[in-house]
Amino acid sequence: MKRFIRYLVLLAAAATFGTQPAQAALKVLATTADWGALARELGGEQVDVYVATSAMQDVHRVEAKPSLVARARSADLVVANGGELEVGWLPVLIQESGNSRIRPGAPGYFEATSALRLLEVPSKLDRSLGDIHPQGNPHVQLDPRNIQAVAHALTARLSQLDPAQLAYFTARARDFDARWDAAMKGWESRAAPLKGLPVVIMHRDQVYLCHWLGLVELASIEPKPGVPPTAAYLGSLVSKLTASPARLILLNAYNDPKAANWLSERVKTPAVVLPFSVGGSRKAADLFGLYDDTLDKLLAALK
Amino acid sequence: MRIFKPVAALLALATLPAISWADDVSALRAELQALKTDYGARVEALEARIQQLETASQANADAALAAATPAPEPAPEPTTGGGGASAFNPAISLILGGSFTGTSRDPEDWRVAGFPAAGDEIGPGERSFNLGESELTFSANIDPYFAGAVTFALTGEGEIEVEEAYVRTTALRDGLTVKGGRFFSGFGYLNEVHAHAWDFVDQPLVYQAMFGGQYRQNGVQVKWLAPTDLFLEFGAETGNGDGFPSTRLEKNGFNGATLFAHVGGDLGADTNWRAGAAWLTQRAEDREGAITDDEGTALLDGFTGDADTWVLDGVLKWAPSARRQLKLQGEYMRREEDGTYVADPSGLGQLTNYQNTSSGWYLQTVYQFAPRWRAGARYDSLDSGDARIEPAMPWTSLNPDRLSLMLDWNPSEFSRLRAQYDWDNARDDGDRDRIWRLQYIYGIGAHGAHKY
Repeated sequence: MKRFIRYLVLLAAAATFGTQPAQAALKVLATTADWGALARELGGEQVDVYVATSAMQDVHRVEAKPSLVARARSADLVVANGGELEVGWLPVLIQESGNSRIRPGAPGYFEATSALRLLEVPSKLDRSLGDIHPQGNPHVQLDPRNIQAVAHALTARLSQLDPAQLAYFTARARDFDARWDAAMKGWESRAAPLKGLPVVIMHRDQVYLCHWLGLVELASIEPKPGVPPTAAYLGSLVSKLTASPARLILLNAYNDPKAANWLSERVKTPAVVLPFSVGGSRKAADLFGLYDDTLDKLLAALK
Repeated sequence: MRIFKPVAALLALATLPAISWADDVSALRAELQALKTDYGARVEALEARIQQLETASQANADAALAAATPAPEPAPEPTTGGGGASAFNPAISLILGGSFTGTSRDPEDWRVAGFPAAGDEIGPGERSFNLGESELTFSANIDPYFAGAVTFALTGEGEIEVEEAYVRTTALRDGLTVKGGRFFSGFGYLNEVHAHAWDFVDQPLVYQAMFGGQYRQNGVQVKWLAPTDLFLEFGAETGNGDGFPSTRLEKNGFNGATLFAHVGGDLGADTNWRAGAAWLTQRAEDREGAITDDEGTALLDGFTGDADTWVLDGVLKWAPSARRQLKLQGEYMRREEDGTYVADPSGLGQLTNYQNTSSGWYLQTVYQFAPRWRAGARYDSLDSGDARIEPAMPWTSLNPDRLSLMLDWNPSEFSRLRAQYDWDNARDDGDRDRIWRLQYIYGIGAHGAHKY
């Protein structure tokens, strides 16, 4: 009741003054923890970031829940992943928010994939092929080179929305770039033993990681994107992997580990749970931690 | 000798091609030889280049890979069509639905006892195989200021009904949205939800009895979302009243008004909720929809008067993992009616004064217990009220109720197969109708985005 009264008072205040008090920091609504973390890295104190989903959620299947509509209402900038990853909920969120500043096409709407060239752009669009995305594979965050490209585009967008902070954003971007370059060198030298390693992936969302590290994808536990494996399909995987064994089975923190664990036991290949997204493990607290922990887990599983 | 000349000419003609053929063959031979030597050289050159590339490719592969992905070139702007005249085509989606129905009692005499018959889209429908409504939706932005959508319902009988057709603003700021046209009213929780997104085959009894399933009219709606972290939304509507329990009026202007408010938020990371209240004040003039007795004989028909309805609604969703979700929802409605009915409409047809307060509620829960499976239970209860009728006529307060169990299987986001079993006491005569239905719902075309 107290909270309710507080909101009523707030409402009355908003109605009295007609407009909201000018906010110092840009209000950013990020659809995933990764882009939220990037917005924090680049925006520092000049952004107030709210992340719509957690690493434990399947971002394909999120709902336009009331708290998110409320956040979208007051957002100055939506940082979306794009590539139709959020097609099931973000359009409704933006529509329900009554906030025209964050509509697609407006400066307040940013898609990370707009700065990237996506892999696996389907040549044929047909839903019998599973959950395919017309613009390509949208799960881009596990290639650090993508993070860097998006960082450049996002810095430009932040500066466009708050030109007074141009110098601040540019300085932060330079600093981030330098730290990211150094970190990337470290990761790539650590990841040298992973090059050419045959792996089994769970869903197409691990493709960019494989691409970056040079992991060779032998098979996918999902026969088609978003389609759970049948017993017969898993059986065929067992014979395939017995003939040409993989070294690791990769799955993400939010995945159901059942099929991967079953396969892991049958073909005597370790299954490794990767954080996949910022917040997907205790150590993956920010973007640097996400990559550190991903490599830690991959290298530890090899031993 | 006159004949010799043509013969010589003929001979000459005959030899000419032979000579030129011979010339051709030798020329061709020479050409072929030249080609052979030439191609030999070329093939050798190509082989050398392949050799060169093969040795270099290992080193180049990584560079090529690196160049392929992170190039910060902007991706082409998403388009909806293949360009040209179709590039601006609206998003199109089509829902295919149908069912198989079995009932223990004759569905012809199904009614909600003590309530006026609210249109022909209520009840369990017919037995055996039924084609449901196919919903065809077109939607797109109109210009920088408006977006529009239309949903046609194609019935199994070959009728086309405009279910919704509205335009709404997209360029207003500060949480304001205006919608106009024909649309489902924003009161309650389920009223705005399209049939293909329902958690059960049909609407709760209270929606069927009080609004004929769903309330919509031709009108306008204004919604405002408060600038708070708590979700707080207010809306107002008015229109022509062309939908049960109201009717079009014989006058200029509009019929009645709807006011609603919704509030919602999160309870921790796994739980979210929304609650709402709404008030509808409406008027009816000689409304179709009779209150009937056990035999189906109309007792009262042709209501003229005011109907004020209160609606309280709430929904709570709990998702402990990406693959499980529990949804609990309920709504309560209470209607006050004050006006006149025609008593014994098929006989004397006497005008009587009528005052009544009826109410109803439902509570349902749906649990997604595996990624593709959901089970649900729903209980409906209605109270037809103690009507004050003058001149007096016999009136019994009735309490129709129903229990439904549901199980559905969702192979993908675009397909759903469902089984539902009802113990239906809508007639409130002590003989429960056992209704079982198998239903399919398939969606093709544009990926729909659903409301909360």
